[in-house]
Amino acid sequence: MDDFYRELIVEHYKNPAYKGTLDPNDFTYEDENPLCGDHIRVDLRVDEKQIITEAVFSGHGCAISQASADLLMESIIGKPLDEVKNMTKETVLELLGIQLGPVRLKCALLSLKVLKAGLYGIGNIEEELLEI
Amino acid sequence: MNLDINKIKTDFPILNREVRPGTRLVYLDSTATAQKPGIVIDSMKQYYETNNANIHRGIHQLAEEATAMYESARQKIAIFIHARSTKEIVFTRNATESINLVAQTWGRKFLQAGDLIILTEMEHHSNLVPWQMLAEEKNLELDFIPVTENGELDLDTYDLLLEKKPKLVAFTHMSNVLGTINPAKEMIEKAHNAGALVLVDGAQSVPHFSVDVTDLNADFYVFSAHKMVGPTGIGVLYGKEKLLAEMPPFLGGGDMIKKVLLRSFKPNDLPHKFEAGTPAIAEAIGFGKAIDYLSAIGMENIANHEKKITQYALQKLKDVENLKVFCPNVTERGGVISFELGFVHPHDVAQVLDHYGIAVRAGHHCAMPLHEKFGLPATSRASFYLYNDYEDVDLLVIGLQHVNEMFA
Repeated sequence: MDDFYRELIVEHYKNPAYKGTLDPNDFTYEDENPLCGDHIRVDLRVDEKQIITEAVFSGHGCAISQASADLLMESIIGKPLDEVKNMTKETVLELLGIQLGPVRLKCALLSLKVLKAGLYGIGNIEEELLEI
Repeated sequence: MNLDINKIKTDFPILNREVRPGTRLVYLDSTATAQKPGIVIDSMKQYYETNNANIHRGIHQLAEEATAMYESARQKIAIFIHARSTKEIVFTRNATESINLVAQTWGRKFLQAGDLIILTEMEHHSNLVPWQMLAEEKNLELDFIPVTENGELDLDTYDLLLEKKPKLVAFTHMSNVLGTINPAKEMIEKAHNAGALVLVDGAQSVPHFSVDVTDLNADFYVFSAHKMVGPTGIGVLYGKEKLLAEMPPFLGGGDMIKKVLLRSFKPNDLPHKFEAGTPAIAEAIGFGKAIDYLSAIGMENIANHEKKITQYALQKLKDVENLKVFCPNVTERGGVISFELGFVHPHDVAQVLDHYGIAVRAGHHCAMPLHEKFGLPATSRASFYLYNDYEDVDLLVIGLQHVNEMFA
């Protein structure tokens, strides 16, 4: 846990820019990490070209899960829905900018798991996300 | 007698390490697993270097030495918990396996559809799931002694549940989340009066205070070595000889048999009937050393020390803003304190404390139903053992104040 954790993670945890719900929305999905009780829901709106125009998350959890959800929402706005397919564990770790042990990794990847499971079905996501 | 904690700390090599440069380890997670003194580690190394052989049927010198060492560990355990005989001490992998053994042998043979098992709301998953599995297989009923707001078992409800004539009562001697020490002797007597047998989960009690299974009159009593400064991979099922004798074997294989034909076998005598295959020999020897170590210090002294540290911690934690101890007023409690810190997630508490070298646990501590009952997804938990001192508590308090600053 370095200064980066302090500043970026805690900042996004305390003051998330993309926390909320969208009604109506074009897409909504939620899931939880039963081991720690973290719960995340993601709502999206897309335009006619399937470009993500709005993305928000809601739910509760630790600083890592909440901050990574906020950063993930920020990063997908303006991108084609298809591009989410290519996002992996590394994408999230790059957004966070820190290394994480296996336990905290699950916290960090929860929002991406929710997003991908919602878009493509739980059977179509990578194993490393399924393990969460 | 006051423990010489500085001396004790030097007995445990790991407590000398720095978690990272300049940060010494403050280990407050002994409820999950205890650290090991050098003499336990050395005894296992020495066994492998000088005595290693498979036990029981070997005729050569090494086999005889290994067998004697393994069986002497069993003897030490029998004395330590005041069992009547070594026939009542079955080596298993851990307390969890001991409970599964009873469920799968005694439970399968003697329980029938509609029979009732009473458990409690404060059980570790290891004393819930084996009974859930058995209940599903045999259509048994499960009922639960509730936990009061104060964190203790509701014994009035227990009396009512006993009127339903359960076949078995299984409960923890000490909660791994709340630290509550349950009145085992009284509960066992009541169960016996109602015609039930009793299994006690002693995973948190045997390491921390003196336990006399004969005086308690427990039918089954289970615990793990690794929580009592011994190695992982070995635990104990204590069972009354008469009960163990009536139970069918658990796992089949070598060592648990007296005679094998192509289509049948005759099981071995107690306790070997329940020990199929090559057991954890080095671990048994290390376990024996752990018992020597704890006995030399004295379980009374250890219990008193932990009581003082826990009272000190409960007092000092009052200085931490936003901190709420999970059931602070438990009357009889061991060295376990679970808590919430405002809205800070327990994972974040543990992560920031880790930065200062302080090891605590965060999560549901394998007691999801208990957390659910109190509406908590997770808590942070600090637990104490003979090697913890007041300074460890002070460092925890400072660490928690840092967490507060960071998330304020």
